[in-house]
Amino acid sequence: MNRTILKRLLKEAGKYRFMMILSFVLAFVSAAFQLYLPVLFGQAIDHIIGAGNVAFDALMPLLSKAAVCTVISAVATLLMTLVNNSVAYGTVASIRNKAIATVMNLPLKYLDEQKTGDLTARIIADGDAICDGLVLGISQLFTGVVTIVLTLVFMLKTSGMVTLAVIVLTPVSFLVARFISTHTYTMFRKQSKARGRQMGYVEEMVSGMNVVQAFGYEKRSQETFHQMNEQLRQCSTKATFYSSLTNPCTRCVNSIVYACVALLGALFILQGNLTVGGLTILLNYANQYMKPFNDITSVITELQNAFACAGRLFDLLDQKKEDDPVLCSHQKPSIDSITGEITMEHVCFSYDASRPFIEDFNLHVKPGMHVAFVGPTGCGKTTIINLLMRFYEISSGRISVDGTDITSINRTSLRSCFGMVLQDTWLSSGSIRDNLLIAKPDASDEELKEACRKTQCLDWIEHSEDGFDTIIQEDRLSAGQKQMLCITRVMLAQPSILILDEATSSIDTRTEVLVQQAFDTLMEGRTSLVVAHRLSTIVNADLICVMKDGKIIESGRHEQLLSRNGFYADLFNSQFASFAQ
Amino acid sequence: MNQLGKYFRPYRVQAVLAPLFKMLEAFMDLFVPLVVADLIDTAIVAHDMKMIMIRVGLLVVLALVSLGFAITAQFFSARCAVGFACDIREALFVHVSSLSLRQNEKIGADTLMTRLTSDINQIQTAVNMGLRLLLRSPFIVFGSFIMALTIDRKAAIVFATAIPLLLVIVLGIMLVTIPMFKKVQGYLDRLSVKTRENLSGVRVIRAFTQEKKEVQDFKEADDRYTSYVVLTGRITALLNPVTFLIVNLAVCVLIHTGAIQVEAGILQQGQVVALYNYMAQMIVELIKLSSLMITLNKGIACAARVSDVLAIPPELSYGTMPVESNEIGTVCFEHVSASYHDHGTPVVQDISFTVKEGEMIGIIGGTGSGKSTLVRLLTRTMDPKSGSIQINGKPLASYPKQQLSKIFGIVPQKAVLFSGTIRQNMQMGKADASDEEIHEALTIAQADEIVAGKKDGLDTIIEQGGRNLSGGQKQRLTIARAIVSKPQILILDDSSSALDYATDAKLRQAIAKIKNCTVFLISQRISTVRQCDQILVLDHGRLVGNGTHESLLSSCSVYQQINASQSRGEKEAS
Repeated sequence: MNRTILKRLLKEAGKYRFMMILSFVLAFVSAAFQLYLPVLFGQAIDHIIGAGNVAFDALMPLLSKAAVCTVISAVATLLMTLVNNSVAYGTVASIRNKAIATVMNLPLKYLDEQKTGDLTARIIADGDAICDGLVLGISQLFTGVVTIVLTLVFMLKTSGMVTLAVIVLTPVSFLVARFISTHTYTMFRKQSKARGRQMGYVEEMVSGMNVVQAFGYEKRSQETFHQMNEQLRQCSTKATFYSSLTNPCTRCVNSIVYACVALLGALFILQGNLTVGGLTILLNYANQYMKPFNDITSVITELQNAFACAGRLFDLLDQKKEDDPVLCSHQKPSIDSITGEITMEHVCFSYDASRPFIEDFNLHVKPGMHVAFVGPTGCGKTTIINLLMRFYEISSGRISVDGTDITSINRTSLRSCFGMVLQDTWLSSGSIRDNLLIAKPDASDEELKEACRKTQCLDWIEHSEDGFDTIIQEDRLSAGQKQMLCITRVMLAQPSILILDEATSSIDTRTEVLVQQAFDTLMEGRTSLVVAHRLSTIVNADLICVMKDGKIIESGRHEQLLSRNGFYADLFNSQFASFAQ
Repeated sequence: MNQLGKYFRPYRVQAVLAPLFKMLEAFMDLFVPLVVADLIDTAIVAHDMKMIMIRVGLLVVLALVSLGFAITAQFFSARCAVGFACDIREALFVHVSSLSLRQNEKIGADTLMTRLTSDINQIQTAVNMGLRLLLRSPFIVFGSFIMALTIDRKAAIVFATAIPLLLVIVLGIMLVTIPMFKKVQGYLDRLSVKTRENLSGVRVIRAFTQEKKEVQDFKEADDRYTSYVVLTGRITALLNPVTFLIVNLAVCVLIHTGAIQVEAGILQQGQVVALYNYMAQMIVELIKLSSLMITLNKGIACAARVSDVLAIPPELSYGTMPVESNEIGTVCFEHVSASYHDHGTPVVQDISFTVKEGEMIGIIGGTGSGKSTLVRLLTRTMDPKSGSIQINGKPLASYPKQQLSKIFGIVPQKAVLFSGTIRQNMQMGKADASDEEIHEALTIAQADEIVAGKKDGLDTIIEQGGRNLSGGQKQRLTIARAIVSKPQILILDDSSSALDYATDAKLRQAIAKIKNCTVFLISQRISTVRQCDQILVLDHGRLVGNGTHESLLSSCSVYQQINASQSRGEKEAS
C-alpha cells in the first residue's frame, strides 16, 4: 500500500522532478564533504607529533583543504534545504488545491456523510503531516543512509577491525531503545486514554458552563476533574519518566562503544597498525555513527504517520465525483431563461439503497405557481428540494424544468435558475458586500441598495460601522440579520424559481412579517417552492403538498385541505390548540 | 506569566535537583576528551598496557556514572513538569468555573478547551525539556571553553571567538523566525477556516454556482501561506550550515594554533586532539539548544495564553453569609440598565417591574429585544450597569452563589445534558434527590414517558451531548432537572420550542400547579405567555408593555403587532 502511495506522491511532485534529483545530489555532496572532514583533521593531527616535530608544509594544505570542504558542505546543505522546502511546500499546496477542487465536484451524498471537522483535518492537518513526513522525511532518510555508508567506508579505510567492532556493538543501543519503547508504549496509551477522558469531560463542562453554574454544580464537577487529573498525573509521570530514559541509555551504550574503540585503537597504535590521527578519526566517527540511525528511526515513525495521512487525503481525491462535474471543461448544454415550469414524473430516490424512501413521486408545477410543502420532520420535504437542485441524483423517473430533463443540462445553468434560502444561514468571512455580490458579481451599488431596501436590511446595514464594507463576524450579527442577508442575496439574483427551505425559522415573528412582505414582492410572477414549519406562512399558497414518509398524502389549497379534515387539518389545529383552551 | 510562577513552588526541590544532576552528567561528558588526551599522551607514549586499560576503564566508569546522574535528573524533571502542569490544569479548571458566563463567552469555549488541554500539555513538554537541557547545553558549551582554557590559553582564544559568534547567530535566527512562525500559524488558521466554510456552505456555494470562485479564493490563500512558509524556511535553513561552517573553520584555526604550540613544546599531540574534541562536542549541544529554544518558545506562548485566563478576575462577587428572608420567590427590578461592553450601547434600559410570590410571568419580544439579557440579570450571570435588583426583598448581589443556585431553577434555551445516567443529570441541582422527587419532577415536565420507555429507567445512560435523545426529549428532561430541587423561582428561557403545541400546553398547566413557585416564561410565542399573570413586552431593550394578555392587546402596540403576526393563520382559519 505504501508503495502505491509513494508512487502517487512522486507523481504529484512530478513537476519538481529535476529539483528532487538535485536535492539528492546535494545531500550526497553535503554528507560526503562533511564526513571527509574528520579524515583531514586526523591526518593533520598526525603531522603534529611533538615539540620541534610539526610538519607545517604538510599540515597547511590539509587545513586549507578542510576549510574548502567545510564551505562546500555548508553551501550544499543550505541549497538542499532550500530545494527541499520548495518541493515539499509546493507539492502539498498543489495537493491541497486539488482537494478543494475535488470537494466542489463530489456528490453531496458523500459530503453529508462526512464530518466537516474530519474533512478539514484531512485537507489541512494531513497535508502538513505529508509535508513534514514524506517530502522532508525522504530526503532525511537519504542523507541518513548516505552518512552511514560513507562513515563505514571512511572507517574501513582507517581500520577494518575497529569498524567491525563498531558494527557489532551498535545494535546493542538499538536493542536498548527498542526495549524501552515497547515498555513505555503501554504507559503512553494509558496517558492518552486519561487525557482523552479528561478532554471529553472538559468539553462537556466548558460548553455547558451555563448549566453548571445555574445548578451550583461547580464543586462537584471540580471534584470529578480532580480525580481525573490525579489519574493523569500518575500515568503521565510514569510515561514521561520512562520514555525519557531512552536518550541517556543509548548515550551510555554509545559511550561504552566509544571506550571500546579507544581501547582497540590504542592497542593497534601499540602494534604500529594505527596512528594517533587515525584514532581521532575513528573516535570521531564512533561518536557520529549513531546519529543517522537515531534520525532514521524518528523519520520512520514520521513517515508511517505521513503515509497514513497521504492515504486519507488520496482517498478523498479518489472519491467518485458527480457524473458531470461542475469544474470540468466538457459541459452539457446550458438552459437560458425559463418560465418556471417544473415536472416530476415517477421519481424514485433513497438515501440508503436498502430502504426505499421516495417512490413514484409525481408533481406538476405551472409557471408562477406557489407551492408549499408541509409535514413532520423527515417526511421528505427537503429531499424534494435536493433532487430539484441536483444535489442528489434520482434513482429513476424524470425531473424536468420547462420540459427539459434536468440531467441533460449542466448543473451550473440549472442551479442558476433557482434562488435558494436555507434554514442554515451561510455567510463567508468577508464584508457584507462580498457576501451579497455572490449572487450577482457585477451588481452596482444602486442595485445592492435597492435589494436591501426591499428586504428591510438597508437601514441597519447603513447604520453598521463600515456600511456595506462591514466585516461579518460570528457575534456581530444576530441570526435574524444573517438570514436577512441571505434573503437579500436571492433578491439580488432575481432567479426564475424561488426555493425557501424553513427560511424564516430563525427570525422572530414580527420581523418575519416584514420578511414575508419582501418575499411576496420577490415571489410575484415567479414559481416558488416553500418548505415551512410555521403554517401561517403558507396559507396563501396555490398548492399545499402534505407529505409523510416520502409521499404526498394530501394536496390542495388551504381551505380545501381544512375542509377535508385529514392530516393537514390535524396539523393545523394542533398549532392553535392552546388558543382553544 | 507571573501567574504561573506560584505553581512551581511545590516542586521547587525537584526543579533545582533536575538541572543539577543534568549538570553533573554534563560534567562527566566534559572529562571524556581529557581522558582520551591522557590516553594518547601518557599511556600510548609509554606503551603501557595497564595504563591504557585504566584509562579505558575510566571511560566506562564515566559512562555509567553519567547514566546514573541522567536517570536521577529525568526522574526529578518528570515529577516537576507533570506535577506543575497538573496543578495548573486544575487551577485553570477551577478558575474557569468561577468566571461569569459573560466572561466565559468572551473567551470562548473552544479557546478554553485548547488552553486546558493542548496548551498545558505543551507547557509540560517545555518545562520537562527546559529542566533537562536549558542548563546542560550552555554548561557544555562554556565547560568546553573552560576546559580548553585549562589546556592552553592561546587555543582558548579560538573558543572565545567562536562561542559568542555562534550564540549570536543561533539567537539571531531564533529571534527573527519566532514571530514569523506565529504568522505562519495565522495563515494556516485562515486556510482552515476557508476549508471549513467551503464544506459547511457547500449547498449555498453550489446553489449560487460559486465553485470556481471558491477554488480560486482557496488557491490564493494557499499560495499566500505557502510563500510565507517557504520564506520562513529559508531563514531557518541558514541555522545548520552556518553553525557547521563556524565550528569547522574554528577547528582549522584550532589545529593550526595547536600545531604552533606543539612545535614550541607547550602542548602535546593528545591535548590538540582534546581541544578538537571539545569543539566537536559543542556543535551537538548547539543544535540541541536551538531545538530547545523552539520548544521553549512554544511553551512560553502557551503559558502566556493560560496565564491570561488565570489573570482575569471573576467579575461577580457574592455574599458570604446566607441571606434570610421571609418572602418566597419575589422579584423587584428598579430602573435596571445593562450592556455587554463597558461603553457599549445598553441592551436593556430602565427596566422596572415587581413580581409577587407564586406569580407566573411571561416575557415576550423579538430576537435582540433583550429577553435573554433580562434572564441573565435575574439569575445573576451578569450585573446591571445601573439600577437595583432584589430577590425576596434583599439585594441580589448579597446572596452567596450556592444559595442563589438553590433559589433558581433554570431551563436554558439550548437543552444541554451531560453524559451519565438520567438520575445523575436529575441530581445536578440536588445531589441527594430521591427517586420519588425525580419522578415527581419528570411528571410535571411531561417527561415520565421518556424514562418509562427505557428498560434501565433512571439508570439509562445519556451519551455525550444527549445524542441518544431527540430534541423534544432533551428539552423535557432539562425542564425536569430544574424542577427537581423545588426552586422558588423557575425560569423557562424559550425552552419549549421543540415541543408540539399540545405538550407545551400540558406542560404549562402542570407548572402552574406547582406550589410556592414563581415562574418566568420567556418566549416568542403569544400562545405560550397569554395566560400569565403578568406579561412583560420587550422591544429594543425597553419594557414597552406590562400587563395581562387582554390589557396588552388593547394598550400595547408592539404586543398587538406580535399577536397579529402570529394569529394570521388563525383568523383565516376561522
